[in-house]
Amino acid sequence: MAAKKNPAANTRSIEQLVAAKEIVIHCGSGGVGKTTTAAAVAAMAAVHHGGKVLVLTVDPARRLANALGLEAFGNSETQVPPAAFVKAGVEPRGELWVAMLDTKQSWDDLVTRHAPDRKTRESILANPLYQNITGRFVQSHDYIAMERLHEIHAAGTYDLIVVDTPPTRNAIDFLEAPERMADFFSSRLLRWLTVPSRSRVFSLASRPFYSVADRVLGSKFLEDIAEFFLLFQSMYDGFVERATAVNRTLEDKRTTFVVVSTLEAAPVHEAEFFIAALEQRGLHLGAVVLNKVLPSSFLEKGTTASARAMVSGAESLAGAVPASVGSPELVARVLREVGESFLNFQVVAKREADTRADLSTVPEVVATVPYFDRDITDLAGLLELGEQLWR
Amino acid sequence: MTVELLDRKLLFVTGKGGVGKTTIAASLALLAAQQGRRTLVGEVDAKGNLADFFEVGPTAFKEREVSRNLWAMSMSTEDSLKEYLSLQLKIPLVARLGPLARTFDFVANAAPGVKEILTIGKFVWEVREHHYDLVVVDASATGHIIGQLAAPQSIQELVQVGLVRDQTDWMLDILGDPTRTGAVIVAAPEEMPVNETLELVTRLRDETVVDLAAVVANRVLPELFTRREEKIFERLPAAALAQAIGGPVQPLLDGAQLAVTLRRTRGVHLARLRRELPPEVPLLYVPYLFQRSHGARATHQVAEHLQEELT
Repeated sequence: MAAKKNPAANTRSIEQLVAAKEIVIHCGSGGVGKTTTAAAVAAMAAVHHGGKVLVLTVDPARRLANALGLEAFGNSETQVPPAAFVKAGVEPRGELWVAMLDTKQSWDDLVTRHAPDRKTRESILANPLYQNITGRFVQSHDYIAMERLHEIHAAGTYDLIVVDTPPTRNAIDFLEAPERMADFFSSRLLRWLTVPSRSRVFSLASRPFYSVADRVLGSKFLEDIAEFFLLFQSMYDGFVERATAVNRTLEDKRTTFVVVSTLEAAPVHEAEFFIAALEQRGLHLGAVVLNKVLPSSFLEKGTTASARAMVSGAESLAGAVPASVGSPELVARVLREVGESFLNFQVVAKREADTRADLSTVPEVVATVPYFDRDITDLAGLLELGEQLWR
Repeated sequence: MTVELLDRKLLFVTGKGGVGKTTIAASLALLAAQQGRRTLVGEVDAKGNLADFFEVGPTAFKEREVSRNLWAMSMSTEDSLKEYLSLQLKIPLVARLGPLARTFDFVANAAPGVKEILTIGKFVWEVREHHYDLVVVDASATGHIIGQLAAPQSIQELVQVGLVRDQTDWMLDILGDPTRTGAVIVAAPEEMPVNETLELVTRLRDETVVDLAAVVANRVLPELFTRREEKIFERLPAAALAQAIGGPVQPLLDGAQLAVTLRRTRGVHLARLRRELPPEVPLLYVPYLFQRSHGARATHQVAEHLQEELT
């Protein structure tokens, strides 16, 4: 990784990264603040760089709306009202738009686009298997998210698209989704399934797997599946071509990935794994954002000794505090509490610093965002977070 | 509580990513084992995390004993399918299946719900066969859990005949029996985890047959001061104290201020969680652990806290 660093590496920032790219994809494990980080980056870009900026969130928790001054937003792109910026005390150079991925709706759109005729389209949309796959099973999120991104990018409506990736079991699932989709539609099994049933029985019934599948799932269900895929096959070429195009968008030089993590063990593990996966696929790692990091003041020199002294010498120290503040007993108790709390947090801060040292050798840009001591409830809060990220 | 949490036979521990789901699952299992129950803890998203909580080597589909009364495994839908086929079809098929991976891909991808039912089915089967007193599942996160727990119903809707269809009835019997099965949602006292917890409570009720057994509020920060003490804290003379100590004091006061503010913002979410949860659902509090790591030490400490909460 180090070999790839350019001479200006040290001066690079998220601001520069975002200014140079058209697609910024945020990834990392759940609960690290991906969605908020993505929104903050997009808001900063809209304010400082201008142009049309879209933040595409795929999180079904619909968390962003309130912070952006919207009641709700859905599959179609919605502009964050300029009044929300005014309220936050800024005058944006550009526009901020948001959209949330509605998996079901996006699949329907895809089918509508690729179906060769009305009859096929309606048969697919009404097929119970189709409804089940698209509605209930979250894996279908992965592909459709990347597909939607590609579609929006290709439409040329936005200068910058900031994406928050779906909460996958495994962060790299969605990177592989386009490939998997293409594989799936070209697999031998699918071809077998869609062979007219008479010849299928004739040629394959003797093979153990198919007889097992028959016994386990029932031939009726297999026929249902076959019918579903037969319908889908009419869209095969369109789908595969599309999946390939989606992949190209991810590999494009104008696309970059931002890995978000806290300094807890599990998310860091996932981040490292993800960084390796990006490199292996030749995708561009733009930055690592370390979120919810304890402030460095917990590691300042001499503080450990001070905290210990405060705990052990609380009674005598209370003498240094004017009587008007409180009774010596209460003051001593407060001092002990302050010292002990500090030592507690210091254990965590040290662990974080250790983890951070391991991580920071990897990417070109590392941004650290301190623990926010309050919740982000509006655009002003998002921008405040953005300021921390930006530099 | 109608049934004591650990007296159930099957617990699915879920929650938003990053809230400490695996910690709670591991600790609940450890506590049950310490109390003398034969316990199996299984990890669904095989990231290999669970093993770290017991300081043992990687877990596999075949369970391994990690301490007295406690076995651990990680789910592999492919292995689950193999086991299922050899148990149900009662013929030595596995050897003949050959490229099982490919055929498995077909089953899992083409037939919705199959992957899910293989995951859930294994654990429910362990309960049906009475292999353990308690099975604790470190289940999927909030986004995926409903699809898994509702898999038997999906299969029933889609598949009319066949072995898989026949299996769904007994699964639903066990899953829908609140004396045997329950879900445990882990929440951190922050806005989004609380939102997702409350949403999940509704979806569990509406879309699955599984009873909500408990909610765990994890990483609850300690209250440093009483109101009176806080007034004193706010007026402490930093300079005078620094002089008396002969070292830096401001970072200590800043640190305590952060602790107070964090506790306060989180307190709001914690209160909302309690208020909006159905009153009959027990809410268990586990404190934030100021620790070096998340190994066996933390698992034991959390188990102790859970024990206190459960008595």
